[in-house]
Amino acid sequence: MKIIKDFTKGILVENPVLVLALGLCPTLAVTSSAINGLGMGCAATFVLVMSNLIVSLIKPLVPSRIRIPIFITVIATFVTITKLVMAAYTPALSEALGIFIPLIVVNCIILGRAEAFASKHSPLRSLVDGLGMGFGFTLTLVVLGAFRELIGSGTIFGQQIMGDNYKPALLMILPPGAFLSLGFMVALARMLLEKTRKEA
Amino acid sequence: MGNLLIIAISAILINNFVLSRFLGLCPFVGVSKKTETAIGMGMAVIFVMTLASAVTWVIWTYFLSPGTSNIFWIIANKFGSQTPAASFDLHYLETIAFILVIASLVQFVELVLQKTSPSLYSALGIFLPLITTNCAILGVAELNTMSLGYNFLEALVHGFAAGVGFTLALIMMSGIRERLQFAPVPRLMKGLPIAFIVAGLMSMAFLGFSGLKF
Repeated sequence: MKIIKDFTKGILVENPVLVLALGLCPTLAVTSSAINGLGMGCAATFVLVMSNLIVSLIKPLVPSRIRIPIFITVIATFVTITKLVMAAYTPALSEALGIFIPLIVVNCIILGRAEAFASKHSPLRSLVDGLGMGFGFTLTLVVLGAFRELIGSGTIFGQQIMGDNYKPALLMILPPGAFLSLGFMVALARMLLEKTRKEA
Repeated sequence: MGNLLIIAISAILINNFVLSRFLGLCPFVGVSKKTETAIGMGMAVIFVMTLASAVTWVIWTYFLSPGTSNIFWIIANKFGSQTPAASFDLHYLETIAFILVIASLVQFVELVLQKTSPSLYSALGIFLPLITTNCAILGVAELNTMSLGYNFLEALVHGFAAGVGFTLALIMMSGIRERLQFAPVPRLMKGLPIAFIVAGLMSMAFLGFSGLKF
């Protein structure tokens, strides 16, 4: 049962972006469309799961004084793998995400989970925690990206949704739209959280 | 000279690191509650960003990039190797190299400040460890070398100006947030959400600068 909770807590209760306010830079920067959000989410999830697994496996060998540089090196290795794979197989996406792929290294979600969870728990639970957190992150990015894309260009995942007469509000896919939508999304997540707490 | 001025103005106003490039948002949201701490953080970021731009540029040009300035190629050439310079391409190591260099640089700066200038250390000290995992620092290093391909002086000016742009946004934000404490904000919007709305409005204002075309 603990394992299931490790997974589901990332979706709302400990959602990395909306509740813990971690990983804000990529969240705002890449969500000008749903597909970019999905790509970023998957890349970060891969790094998160792999680094959580490795950190939790090597934790008996790591002296606690130098654990942070070691964690960062582990994370940077997986980020480099992701960067090269994406550049080779999804060049368009890799171009769209730009410097935010290498910047996964300094995404506070990943180092935060390595430090707060993986360095204290078993490999299996750390893996599931990484999956759950990554899923919560991806979900947030896709929802935010879909919302901004719908208002800003009238499409979702490139599919026309709004009618032909719809005039896209360009502001939503420009930087201000990112800040405004995320502000309202955080407030919405708080409302949902309060509701679930009251019911429980 | 004019070229450097354009780089500086565009990094401060047009492509402001926080409001248009979305780099360094964690400190922007986290340390913008008081103007005093915002100024301290801003100064520390300007300092580290300029240094990091210089150091990462040197690492990139002399160790990682393929070309005749690569030290490994120069050494190999001295010993009579015929390998072309293009095959000494280590740019895939850039992310790992940069983050480790920046992390050790910040530690080093902290030690030097502690020994040589205790007053500066007490002003900036607590902010320095936070800066290591600030994406604005790694971002400026990546932009200088990979995306924009600046020379040394341009990279230095870009790093400095990006820090100034960050500080400008941070101080403005902290001024607004100090006033905001007395405003009747809806309960669910308090704290983080309203900070994002404020940032959105600031970003909208900065969007006006994109009309500045050179």
